[in-house]
Amino acid sequence: MSVRVQTEDFDLGAELERLGGADPGIGAVVSFVGLVRHLVGETPLRALELEHYPGMTERRLEALEAEAGRRWALSGCLVVHRVGRLGPGDRIVLVATASPHRADAFAACQFLIDALKTSAPFWKREETAAGARWVEARAEDEAAAAAWTAR
Amino acid sequence: MRLLYFAWLRTRIGLAGEEVTPPPEVRDVASLLVWLRGRGAGYAAALAEPALVRAAVNQDYARPDHPVAAGDEVALFPPVTGG
Repeated sequence: MSVRVQTEDFDLGAELERLGGADPGIGAVVSFVGLVRHLVGETPLRALELEHYPGMTERRLEALEAEAGRRWALSGCLVVHRVGRLGPGDRIVLVATASPHRADAFAACQFLIDALKTSAPFWKREETAAGARWVEARAEDEAAAAAWTAR
Repeated sequence: MRLLYFAWLRTRIGLAGEEVTPPPEVRDVASLLVWLRGRGAGYAAALAEPALVRAAVNQDYARPDHPVAAGDEVALFPPVTGG
């Protein structure tokens, strides 16, 4: 179980290799990578600025990992989230889970990204030729996260 | 009490954070917001729509009736948009 918030990019192959090699009982590694979209609607994005609440962010992510560990048979999991200034196509976030079998790794990975989106204190600001605006929360994300509490 | 502001609450208020000593009638998150709204135009604009303001007390999410006291770290921010 680990959590990192950082400005620099991450090496996806190295991260997954490390996670999968941590325990000889691991038979499945599932990962989600979030990318900066090139377009805001139909307007080209120039940059994405990510702000967070240091301290609470790590605390929330650790709490979500602990919840995932209670709900599914996980051998390990990792959340890496970038902050600062990102460009179109850049990686934003990695959520990876490892488990003896795939079903738990898939479910825990989706839970973690759904819950992260609605409860970890990060905020995005998009810059286009028209100016900069804070991204608004999406009702679809709330619904996706709420569905996990109903299960 | 240490207050922290994030995202558009920070830009509208014009501060990332401040130390405050609220009056005794400020006992919970809701009454803290009422008091802050009276502190200036930036605060009033940032806190005009309570439905868009999330609060955390000592780095845990807090509802409007959650108590606040001297020594607490209280953060105010819009709904989160990470991931």
